[in-house]
Order: sequence, then C-alpha cells, then structure tokens
Amino acid sequence: MITTKDVEHIGWLARLKMEEEQLEGYADQLNSVLDYFGQLDEVDTREVEPTYHVLEMNNVFRDDKVTDCLTQDEATGNAPKTQDGYFKAPRII
Amino acid sequence: MITVSQTLEDLRNSSAKKVISQCIDRIEAGKFNTFITVAKESAPEAANISGNSKGPLAGVPIAIKDNISTKGIRTTCASRILGGYVPPYDAHVIERLKEAGAVIVGKVNMDEFAMGTSTETSYYGPTLNPWDTKRVPGGSSGGSAATIAAGEVPLALGSDTGGSVRCPASFCGVVGLKPTYGVISRYGLISYANSLEQIGPIASNVADMTLLFNVIAGHDPRDSTSVPGEKDYTNALVDDVKGLTIGVPKDYFGDGIDQAVEKSVWNGVHRLEDLGASWQEVEMPHTKYALAAYYVIAMSEASSNLARFDGMRYGLRLEKDHDWHTTYSEIRAQGFGEEVKRRILLGTYALSAGPAIPTTFRLSISFTYLSTRSSASPDVRIPLLTPGLCSHLSILRTQYPHWILHLGATGR
Repeated sequence: MITTKDVEHIGWLARLKMEEEQLEGYADQLNSVLDYFGQLDEVDTREVEPTYHVLEMNNVFRDDKVTDCLTQDEATGNAPKTQDGYFKAPRII
Repeated sequence: MITVSQTLEDLRNSSAKKVISQCIDRIEAGKFNTFITVAKESAPEAANISGNSKGPLAGVPIAIKDNISTKGIRTTCASRILGGYVPPYDAHVIERLKEAGAVIVGKVNMDEFAMGTSTETSYYGPTLNPWDTKRVPGGSSGGSAATIAAGEVPLALGSDTGGSVRCPASFCGVVGLKPTYGVISRYGLISYANSLEQIGPIASNVADMTLLFNVIAGHDPRDSTSVPGEKDYTNALVDDVKGLTIGVPKDYFGDGIDQAVEKSVWNGVHRLEDLGASWQEVEMPHTKYALAAYYVIAMSEASSNLARFDGMRYGLRLEKDHDWHTTYSEIRAQGFGEEVKRRILLGTYALSAGPAIPTTFRLSISFTYLSTRSSASPDVRIPLLTPGLCSHLSILRTQYPHWILHLGATGR
C-alpha cells in the first residue's frame, strides 16, 4: 500500500517535483497498478532461468580502436546553457 | 494508400525532387495531425542526392517516428522536454535508409516517449485515425501507421516495446512488424525500455514492409544486443502456405474479447486453411501474466532511461537555476507529461522499494518464458492483438490505467 508520504519520497528519488494536491491521486493510481501486479505472486519462478537475451548471446566485445566521435561543438550544441565550451549545471555544493 | 512500386514508377516518370515535393504537399494538407516536424528543407536536398542513388529505395519518401534520431532534423519524442532537440547524429536505421536512397520527409507523432496505445499523450496533440477521425489510431506509433493509412507516404518506421507498432498498424488497417529482439540496431533510438524495444517497419502491404525491413535489419557493433549476420528477408515472400502448421493460442480468446475481433481472427485462420495450411489450438498458460511482467520491467527501465533528461546537455531548461535537486525536479515536472511521470514513479518504486515488492516483481521473472511458452510447436502462432475495436478519442485518458491493463491482459 503506497501512502502519500511514499509518493513524496518516490518523487524525490525520481527528481520529479510534486504538488501537495497531486500526492493522493498518484497514490491511488500507483496502488491500482500494484494491485494488478499482485497476480505475479501466483507464478512459481524458482525453476525459471532469467532471460538476458532472447537469442543466445553473451560477452559481446569490439576492437579497442579509436574511432571518430562528436566534436565539442556538436556535443554541446543542444545544451541550453554553456560556458567556455562546457555544459553549465546548477551549483552542486 | 501509396505503394513503393507505384512510387518507383512515379520516380521513373518524373524526378525525385517532384515526387518529394508532392509528398510534402500532401503532408501539409493532411488533416490527421500525423507529423510533428516536416523536413521541408532537408528533404528536397536529400531528393537531389538520391537521384544518383542505385539503392532499392532511391527517392522513396519515408516518415520516421519521432523517437529515432535524425541528424539535423528535430527529434522530440512527442515531449515538451525535448521540444528543441536536434540530434547531432543519425540512428543506425537512418544511416541504412540513406544508403538505400530513401528520403526522410519528416518526423511523425507518437505517445510521449512511446508510452501509450493511443497517440493521445503527445505534447503536440493527438493523431486521428484516418478511417474514422473520432477514433484513435492506436499507439504508440500512431503517426507512423496513420500517415500510411492516409496515403501521405508509402513507408514509415515505428518502434515497438509492448505492441507499439502492431497496435496502430492494426487500428489503421496497415501492415507492421515487431522484429525479433536484436535483429535491428537500437543505436539512435531514444530508450524507453531497452530490453524490450525494437524499431519496426510499417507499410501498406507485406511486400513493401519486407523491403523496408530488409534495408534496416543488420548487425551494428554500436548496439551490443545487435545480432551478427545479414539475411535477405525478401526470400521469405513466398505465395504458398501449403503444409504450414498454425497454432491458435486459446488463452488469448475468452472473456472481454469483442466478437467482431474474434471473428476476424478466425476468418484469417480459416482463409489460410483454405489455402492449404492446418491449424490446432495450443496452450500458452502464462499469457495472462505477460502484461504485468511487461509492466514491471518496462516501468523500471523507463525510470532509469529517462533519468538522463535533466536539461543540462539537451532539452528544456528553466530560466532560473536553484540548487541542483530543485532545478532538475522542476525541469522534469514541467517537461514530462502525466503518463510519463506516472511510469517513472512506478518504476522508481519498483526499483527502490526492496522487501515491499514481492520477489516475483524482480527481473528474475523470465518474460520470454511467461509470454511465449506453448504446449505444441507449430510453425507460426496467430494470437489476437487487441481485445476490442479501436476506441474513441479521450476515452483512454479518462479511464486510465484500467483500460490499458485490460487491453494488454490478453497478451500484447
């Protein structure tokens, strides 16, 4: 059972600002979906191997070679705020 | 609807420039809100270059779902948060299309970040079903299917995570394919649930769809899940089903299935039988769990894949910065739509709740096991795709999430 307090915490983890009046609505919706998920409890998966790929592939390697990449201008071209060729982020500390 | 062979004939009789400019005129006169961005500048240039191409799609116009990166053409994922994003590189499938001579005429509408089955969650407004404008075209690749049905373009690309090519292709009466995972490179596809999604071709008929599939399929070392090897899939275009065995999973038919849908699936099975195939019922007892398993995996992957949208390297940025947490949280709250937020929250909960989530919610569930094991091994299986006819606009929005859950509970 997800409470409005849980929703607030999940929103904090997900970096989604929540308005006070939205919390109850989200809690209701999340609970209804979680109820639906509950049916998975019926399935015994102890003998089932996890699926990592539908085809049998593992350990994919490539040659350790330098290849072309984006230029600095191309890489920063979509950034809303830049300074001296760098991405400009808000203050962290 | 327009076929590739008809387009190739038009190209022989006129020029790529003319064919593309007529195509753009059709798109701009369109009444179904199929496109988010029309490539009015780059398409005529590409048409000039493609005039010299010897590729199988030289000069053929194609519409691309707006979650596939196109160098120099805006790519929004139908979201406000990527409203001004212009990719600096092409997806692998776009490179392949350009090599084949195809001309990208624009980016088509979809559910925001491919999350939905109606194309109503787009920030740029819903796409209408060309057969009946009061109804949805399906989703999430609704623009891709609707633009084919409307006769605007002969070919389109969509993407399919849990039915997003198959559902709109069905609702719009066109042909679409979700290829086996790994056959098409996901390089340049903006991720929603990366362990499930594949880019898929959409066209007005099977031959055109196969031609497009043949162009975009193939190995790409930039996607580590991409399968090595090349095949000519057009060899599979054989007009003969004699001796083919068809499995009809009875678990797909039952409560809540519209009789018209059920009848139409059986009509198809019996038609194949008349042509020499045989059918038998098969059991797929885990079908009923497929949607719940899909949801847990897709939401969890969505919450981590969409963590990258914070307004720093691309996308929406608000005027004023606060501390980092508040800045990101406000950008994401304003940039994402309701459905996207709901799925991020659900996924964040599934990944963080620890003991509160039963162990079967964890990825120890074998999605393949749950959804595809059956009691016999026919050559092919014919399930039904959706339990009902396509709904009227806005019904989905007001009834969410139950309608979506019912839709998928039959094994999308």
